[in-house]
Amino acid sequence: MNAKMTPSSTSASNVPGKPAGDGLRFYGVWLLGIAALIVLPMIFSSGGSLTSFSLIGIAIVFALSYNILLGQTGLLSFGHAVHYGLGGFAACHMMNAVVAHKWPIPLPFIPLFGGLGGLVFAIIIGWVMTKRAGTVFAMISLGIGELVASSSLILRSVFGGEAGITTDRTALPKIFGWSFGPQVQVYYLIAFWLVLSAIAMYALTRTPLGRISNAVRDNPERVQFIGYDPHVVRYLAFCFAGFFAGVAGGLAAINFEIANSAYLGAIQSGLVLFSTFIGGTAYFFGPILGAILVTYLQLGLTSVTSVWQLYFGIIFIGIVMFSPGGIAGLLMMHRPLVRAGTLLTVIPSYFVAIVPTLALACGVILTIETVARFSGGETINLFGVGFKPQSPVTWIVALVLLVGGGFVARLSWGRIAEAWDRAATVARDRGYLA
Amino acid sequence: MTAAIEVLAVEKRFGNVGIIRDLNLSVAQGERHAIIGPNGAGKSTTFNLISGHIKPTSGEVKLNGEVISGLQPFEINRRGLSRSFQVTNVFARMSVWENVRCAVLWATGHRYAFWKNVDSLPEVRERTAKILDDIHLTHRRDVPAGLLTYAEQRELEIGITIASGATVVMLDEPTAGMSNAETERAVALIRRLTEGKTLVIVEHDMSVVFGLADRISVLVYGHIIASGTPEEIRRDPKVKEAYLGEEAH
Repeated sequence: MNAKMTPSSTSASNVPGKPAGDGLRFYGVWLLGIAALIVLPMIFSSGGSLTSFSLIGIAIVFALSYNILLGQTGLLSFGHAVHYGLGGFAACHMMNAVVAHKWPIPLPFIPLFGGLGGLVFAIIIGWVMTKRAGTVFAMISLGIGELVASSSLILRSVFGGEAGITTDRTALPKIFGWSFGPQVQVYYLIAFWLVLSAIAMYALTRTPLGRISNAVRDNPERVQFIGYDPHVVRYLAFCFAGFFAGVAGGLAAINFEIANSAYLGAIQSGLVLFSTFIGGTAYFFGPILGAILVTYLQLGLTSVTSVWQLYFGIIFIGIVMFSPGGIAGLLMMHRPLVRAGTLLTVIPSYFVAIVPTLALACGVILTIETVARFSGGETINLFGVGFKPQSPVTWIVALVLLVGGGFVARLSWGRIAEAWDRAATVARDRGYLA
Repeated sequence: MTAAIEVLAVEKRFGNVGIIRDLNLSVAQGERHAIIGPNGAGKSTTFNLISGHIKPTSGEVKLNGEVISGLQPFEINRRGLSRSFQVTNVFARMSVWENVRCAVLWATGHRYAFWKNVDSLPEVRERTAKILDDIHLTHRRDVPAGLLTYAEQRELEIGITIASGATVVMLDEPTAGMSNAETERAVALIRRLTEGKTLVIVEHDMSVVFGLADRISVLVYGHIIASGTPEEIRRDPKVKEAYLGEEAH
């Protein structure tokens, strides 16, 4: 697509002098989100969906915390799960201590201690880590991640070795008569902390520190010549990210009633990077979308296919190559068109592209699954149609879908690009595109 | 009165290569001082040495009588010296408004505050608006800096530089690559915005230099061969030989 995205800083639209309607809409979006969080378990009340919602809530807090580093400050970390995991362990130890000493601390306060766990480690390790940005930071974060993950298996007294540290969330003092035994109560606890953390992290982007973090992301050299030490800025951002990752870890500890070495590892660090990037780092809501999608895919794909990680990889590569702004970037590309009223000229080309693109996707899936299941011989169930991986019919269908679908899909994408160019030109002429 | 900037016997060597040799320079308070010299003479290096971007191998740099050589760039900036860059050096993904506002924040005392809403700081807002007005970019305030035209980016560069209200302003080739009309506009802008401040400017365009500067220093091979009023510099035989002789127009 030739239409250029305009990646502004996270909330560039919130400059003073904005029309009053923007403020209303802004609070409207937040209130709508909160309302949705309250209503969701009433509509989808099965145990499975409550568990999914809980996991998604945790993933959102974690991804938002990661975006303080990646999107806001331009720090690519490969070890963010360290703070998440340490937050989880801190929360577990705290819960066990509360029970053992009969402290009057009810469960809803526990994530705060998770956050402190993540924060303390960030304070200790962060100063050295954030001395440099870029590759140096990325490499150190990878090293620290591995170091802590392997220590967690060695230092048994703190991390409980392979088994981890278990806890019982229902043994803590009750609040409002809630025992937090039922998943729905845990869900509401997570939702509460999600709202609190999201508001706090959003507010952070609108403080002097938040804005200077953006400046450090864009141009650390220049920041030095407007009076700021980029090292201090990176360090503070790192500490905030560590705190909120710890909160997420604490929530996870409450949800699973266990903290173990898997919390801290490279896979967890990779997942959060993945969610944040897929969602889009340039907008505050990007990581939220990413966390929802990735958690759902993770839950959904694992039950359908054994090679779900392969699909993750394909999605990730696709996003990196075709939409570096992530899902949020794709969505926000449309904003100038909506404002200029030219969006409707683009929509038809999307509909035209749906069928061939789906055919191509089916071709890819069929090919992957044929290869994956060839030796086992399990049937591939694609939208209700069964395919035998060893049958040449399957291979031919896969090939036809791949080649034919790919060919037509490319044509249809070309038409999208053309429609886009026309719509964007009109929007630009009307003054809606920078 | 102490000089605004004093460079005392500064040397800068990269390995065995001496880029700056025995550099002495004094810029009085409120003076507009131009540094000229042929390509590769070390003008930008001199800027980098004074602003803390690189550290001198030996010698001293003083700002208002206080030694600043060896300090970090942000420490020097906090002491009231601000500089621009020859190659545009802005915050590309942030809006014009955000660019200038970031440059205002430290000077207005908000530092690393994470407990204040940046949009509800009246003095920051007023100062930012004033500077945008000064550099004629108010109508482009919401545009990401990376999407500005070249001349606009140069103006934004100047805006960021003066935003902190520094008393000593250093501009590195502010009109490089501009058309004649743009240059004229930029010179008027610089003249107005640095009123009552000390200005050090590196410039290739001789009409700009002789029109703007109170004093001129000529840098050749890392050494200042002459320093004086435009009239003195014009008459100086060494300058004629080393520099103006080749490029005078």
